[in-house]
Amino acid sequence: MQKKIYRKKYPTLIALMFICLSVLAGCHGREGLDAFCMPEEFETSEAYEITFWAKNDTNKTQTAIYEKAIADFEKLYPNITVNLRLYTDYGKIYNDVITNIATGTTPNVCITYPDHIATYLTGTNLVVPLDELASHKEYGLGGNKVKFDSPRTDEVIPQFLEECMIDGHHYALPYMRSTEACYINKTYVEKLGYSLPDNLTWDFIWEVSEAAMEKDEDGNFKVNGQKVMIPFIYKSTDNMMIQMLRQKGADYSTEEGEILLFHDTTKELLSEIAVHAESGAFSTFKISSYPANFLNAGQCLFAIDSTAGATWMGTDAPLSDISEDKLARFETCVMPIPQFDPANPQMISQGPSVCIFNKEDPQEVMASWLFTQYLLTNEVQTAYAETEGYVPVTIKAQESDGYQDYLSRCGEDNALYYDVKIKASRLLLDNVGNTFVTPVFVGSTSLRDAAGQLIENTVKSVNRGQKVDGAYIDGLYGDISSLYRLDQIGIQNNRVSSQRQELGALPREALILLWSLAAAWACIVAYVLWLKARK
Amino acid sequence: MKKFTSLLLVLALVFACAGCGSKGGDGGEDVKSEGVMTYDEYMAAQLNSEVVIEAYVQAKQSWWENQATVYAQDKDGAYFLYNMACSEEDYEKLTPGTKMKVTGYKSEWSGEIEITDATFEIEEGNYIAEAEDVTSILASDDLINHQNKFVSFKGMTVEAAGQDDSGNDVAFLYNWDGSGQDGDDLYFNVSLDGNTYTFTVESYLCDNTTDVYAAVKGLNIGDTVDMEGFLYWYEGVNPHITSLEVK
Repeated sequence: MQKKIYRKKYPTLIALMFICLSVLAGCHGREGLDAFCMPEEFETSEAYEITFWAKNDTNKTQTAIYEKAIADFEKLYPNITVNLRLYTDYGKIYNDVITNIATGTTPNVCITYPDHIATYLTGTNLVVPLDELASHKEYGLGGNKVKFDSPRTDEVIPQFLEECMIDGHHYALPYMRSTEACYINKTYVEKLGYSLPDNLTWDFIWEVSEAAMEKDEDGNFKVNGQKVMIPFIYKSTDNMMIQMLRQKGADYSTEEGEILLFHDTTKELLSEIAVHAESGAFSTFKISSYPANFLNAGQCLFAIDSTAGATWMGTDAPLSDISEDKLARFETCVMPIPQFDPANPQMISQGPSVCIFNKEDPQEVMASWLFTQYLLTNEVQTAYAETEGYVPVTIKAQESDGYQDYLSRCGEDNALYYDVKIKASRLLLDNVGNTFVTPVFVGSTSLRDAAGQLIENTVKSVNRGQKVDGAYIDGLYGDISSLYRLDQIGIQNNRVSSQRQELGALPREALILLWSLAAAWACIVAYVLWLKARK
Repeated sequence: MKKFTSLLLVLALVFACAGCGSKGGDGGEDVKSEGVMTYDEYMAAQLNSEVVIEAYVQAKQSWWENQATVYAQDKDGAYFLYNMACSEEDYEKLTPGTKMKVTGYKSEWSGEIEITDATFEIEEGNYIAEAEDVTSILASDDLINHQNKFVSFKGMTVEAAGQDDSGNDVAFLYNWDGSGQDGDDLYFNVSLDGNTYTFTVESYLCDNTTDVYAAVKGLNIGDTVDMEGFLYWYEGVNPHITSLEVK
């Protein structure tokens, strides 16, 4: 039996984040790193050693792709050595980065989420803004001194690039993108007398899930003849809540970091979820297990997970944690997540981005930048995207013959061309315009965790026989806000916001200096004109 | 009289020592406090119901953000305490053998029966379980009745866990598919009577500085090994090994 990622517990990092912020705040007034200054040339006669903290999905092929990318890059730049450190969880990377900020031992290049970068940015010049690097004629994206076929800036999918923008600067490059998909046991849905609609709705999923709860006289579920059936399982409940709110046009947060999660629409959503948890029609990964395990055993009809988890989904999935004898045979259908308004679909954009940490030696940063760029080459992009239901982040890679050939061979085998995986990728390719990301600010990671925890706590409480009503949800709001220190995050961001506003007005001395400079230039120009007039 | 008094004192000391011994794994009965479930009552309890148990720490897996994951056992059975509320200070007190009263909810995750959302208090008492040899029941349906116990496996044969990049069979993998690095969980396969099982060195429980981690990294296919560990479950038996000896 093969083993997928065990539910390792990584810190929610709230305490750690606040310690980090305190430490960084304590540095205020002390000298941090100087801002990165672009050197004129990249020094190829000096040796540079950089570290790359990468995330994989506990997938050996992905590890091999990183290793090959490093080997190929080092052949092009023999003076750069890249040391790979592998992670399987974004939270663990975030944790380790924060720990290493304090000791000045951050990696050079790091797979990350923009939410995490917002926290790193509380340190002075810790993360390198990439705008100047990316637009540099010689070493920038598509630059003429870059020793490989680097994509131009306009060849990176604009929306994905924009997701890496914080406070008007790009602090990361996108590496891979995914969204969520609903993996459906179509055979059982039809057995219950339903046909899958063109567009999934929440109402449809709830209705079919409730219908699947019917049992026979022996206590077996009629639809699968087994003792176990959880018709609808959601892997990432933070995404679930965020997407539901977005689809409803309801508040979540402002761009500046004001927390707007706790309101009547959230309450309505939790009440609906509670109803289906009570009947046993809905559960979550944290409470029950991986949706794929239940789906593949014929114990789940609707499994919502990342498109980057597609290789685990379905009867013929190349990867599986359950034994052969437990596998059920059924037709797997891949669809976008359910919607409240199918005419205006909304789904999350997610996936790894890459940031660069600043170092004392600008040449070392340049080495990091060149390697980061290398990760966007067609070869790396298409190879990695084909390991799961990811999509490449460049138009160049997406339109390449190799990738188009890969997409066209959907279902040729149950390995590289596994149909569920390629359909999951296509789902995102067809819906890039319908994806969104949530605002990034200090504490946005905690807000995301809190959004998911509202659902987890509601389902657990229902399972334990507690009554979920308005009073319960009001109490839950208080508990979650306190647990994730959302009130403090609001204050913190208000302070940052007001400091930014204060920074908007120039100090008097600066104004005097600027006016003096303008006056001096005016005098010089007047003098030159006077000299010309005399001649 | 003095001799008699001395004899009495000696006898009192002997009995006192014997009393201490009863906390140390003599196989005597576990008398539960008022309102505490026996192991049988715990096993009979419905999933998602509140449970109150008394057990002794056998090993600690991790502590994060005031949550501890602990392997615990009493003289009748074992418990996996997942993400139990615990301060860092209290976590230090949870040394092997420490008795605690735990209140939480009985839960199941991928076949693993555990107690979640628990709180605990430390009580007087001490017990460290002997490893129970379950080699003979590895393939039987009875094995699950020993879930989470500290157990031993004798005379098993190391099989190939997978292949390296060159296509050679290897005796262990970092992560389940070899995608990891030193410091990650180790996976290896062992067989007995024609059945092959996947065992794990859980890196939070035994990290890459431990003897068992080094021992598994030194395994060769075909080695005969004796092992001890906790009978963890994930979609089937998935022991978390804490010691290994090549015969």
